[in-house]
Amino acid sequence: MPEEILASFQVRRLSILDENGHADPELLPGLSDDELLRLYLAMVLARTFDERAVALQREGRLGTYPPIMGQEAAQVGSALALTPADWVFPSFREMGVHLTLGYPAVQLLQYWTGDERGQKTPDHLNIFPFCVAVASQIPQAVGAAFALKNRRDPGAVVVYFGDGATSKGDFHEGFNMAGVFRLPVVFICQNNQWAISVPLKGQTAAQTLAQKAIGYGFEGIQVDGNDVFAVYRATQQALEKARAGVGPTFIECLTYRMADHTTADDAARYRSPEEVALWRARDPILRLERFLAARSLFGEADAAQAREAAGQAVDAAVGAMEALPAPGREEMFDTMLAALGPRQDGQRKGR
Amino acid sequence: MAQLNMVQAINQALAEEMARDERVVLLGEDIGRDGGVFRVTEGLFERFGAERVIDTPLSESAIVGAAIGMAACGLRPVAEIQFMGFTYSGFEQLVAHAARLRARSRGRFSCPLVLRTPYGGGIKAPELHEESSEALFCQSPGLKVVVPSGPYTAKGLLVAALRDPDPVLFLEPTRLYRMLREEVPEGEYTVELGRARLARAGTQVTVLAWGSMLERALKAVANYDAEVIDLLTLNPFDAETVLGSVMKTGRVVIVHEAAKTAGFGAELAATIAEEAILHLRAPVLRVAAPDVPVPLARLMDHYLPSIEQVRAALDEVLRY
Repeated sequence: MPEEILASFQVRRLSILDENGHADPELLPGLSDDELLRLYLAMVLARTFDERAVALQREGRLGTYPPIMGQEAAQVGSALALTPADWVFPSFREMGVHLTLGYPAVQLLQYWTGDERGQKTPDHLNIFPFCVAVASQIPQAVGAAFALKNRRDPGAVVVYFGDGATSKGDFHEGFNMAGVFRLPVVFICQNNQWAISVPLKGQTAAQTLAQKAIGYGFEGIQVDGNDVFAVYRATQQALEKARAGVGPTFIECLTYRMADHTTADDAARYRSPEEVALWRARDPILRLERFLAARSLFGEADAAQAREAAGQAVDAAVGAMEALPAPGREEMFDTMLAALGPRQDGQRKGR
Repeated sequence: MAQLNMVQAINQALAEEMARDERVVLLGEDIGRDGGVFRVTEGLFERFGAERVIDTPLSESAIVGAAIGMAACGLRPVAEIQFMGFTYSGFEQLVAHAARLRARSRGRFSCPLVLRTPYGGGIKAPELHEESSEALFCQSPGLKVVVPSGPYTAKGLLVAALRDPDPVLFLEPTRLYRMLREEVPEGEYTVELGRARLARAGTQVTVLAWGSMLERALKAVANYDAEVIDLLTLNPFDAETVLGSVMKTGRVVIVHEAAKTAGFGAELAATIAEEAILHLRAPVLRVAAPDVPVPLARLMDHYLPSIEQVRAALDEVLRY
């Protein structure tokens, strides 16, 4: 008997906006001028927040902080495709998602000073706390999708993680379960190509991360993660699929971590300045500015104004954060359980 | 009132709570059509359907992780891990996440899940099917750890666990599943979490035990004036009841089937030393398994604490 081909697969890559600001008119999402500016302002806010956070850490006013610089398109583009009914499961490097969805900047800063009160998501947002244990938020997001489906809830679940997460068991277990039950979940990998010092080729022998979805029976797509239109479009389509009961989608946003892994890291130890310079030219904000300028929506003065407004907003948040009273000892106890055990109750009272 | 074994009692608790509260869903391996490898969930798939009795892939970390997401989004999941030795695959989800979600989110999210798993030795099963690693989980402050000792407490504790607003690890002593039959009332009743039970009153020595060792401890004390306390909840444990008894008898023997070093008996002994040492007439003794990996069937009798070992410890503390 001759061998036969049982299945064959293709992996698509979506890009809409190139480095020079030229967009494919066929694929460009139908966004109004106001919406385009909103995308831009959200990216500038994310960048500004990030720059301030790094500076604050250097001054000893913030703890260890993981910069998002370079990943603004992946974060803002996906977040703006969400509706209030949707749920977000972040890792720990999605401050651009939080800011775009309206999570208070003061709370983000508070969290990164080491004040966990910053993790209390406002009631109107469905954002899970930061997840420091890489990939472990993925099965939890799958469970949330189970719950939404079970309750006939119109929302979908979006879970964020990095390229390093794709090597973890929870990535595979979560993907597998989501595929088996065709759950309303969108998996978004910000493939920033570095897991601390390990480059992508040290993480996987696969040509793309997107193709990993194929093994679990659902679609994976790679998008240019520095192209906010591609991220937005792919996320929106994936969410529509999820809501229609078609099942999960995996979106690999190919981007680049322009800064260090965290403020405690020195990326110059393991990667070349040439590589960083190459990606600096692919800056997601730069290309959107070029696009907006070409449409006469935008000039240099607007860019300066946008940055200044974002700077003022972040400065106000920094001021508000630093004016907060320090957490008291009882803070450790007060929300850990609905009711403390007798020993914990005594410990809370200092006994 | 019906005489039920522990399997039937747990099944009844699940069925009644699922009928009462549509948020209760079960997930795990082989729990649906097959009714679970111990038949604990028998008939529930037929009665409540595939959306509420979910046969999952073989995927312990995702079972626990998904239960967390379900719990945070309004369901009341009961995850079954087929044997305690396989909870290690889901350990991170349970300890790093389920136990911390309420604290991490400063109360915005909670995690009312129950993780049921067969626990303990003496059933002639393969490796990792007879673990008793409860102490590992008792070091996780946001997680309640519950161990029933018979059909009545199994049902009442499970109902209480299902209604608890925080995560509960529910350890079902496999050796007792079909060994004991007790009167188990139909309909709802609860056994309060965090409360120990006086299993036998006495005045000369206090025996502390839980799970399948309770049965063995009760056999061992037949001819002694011993008070036997069934802990039922290990985290948080009922120090008040334990200390009250110890202050009365002045002698303590702790019996557990897990390895001795850093077993839960160490916590009990330390608490007794801190709070009641001046009431003691004798050293606190622990009758526990040796510090070796849980063996297979041919060595299990050498591993599990025996009635004779418990009696030897009783004789020793009574010499003082």
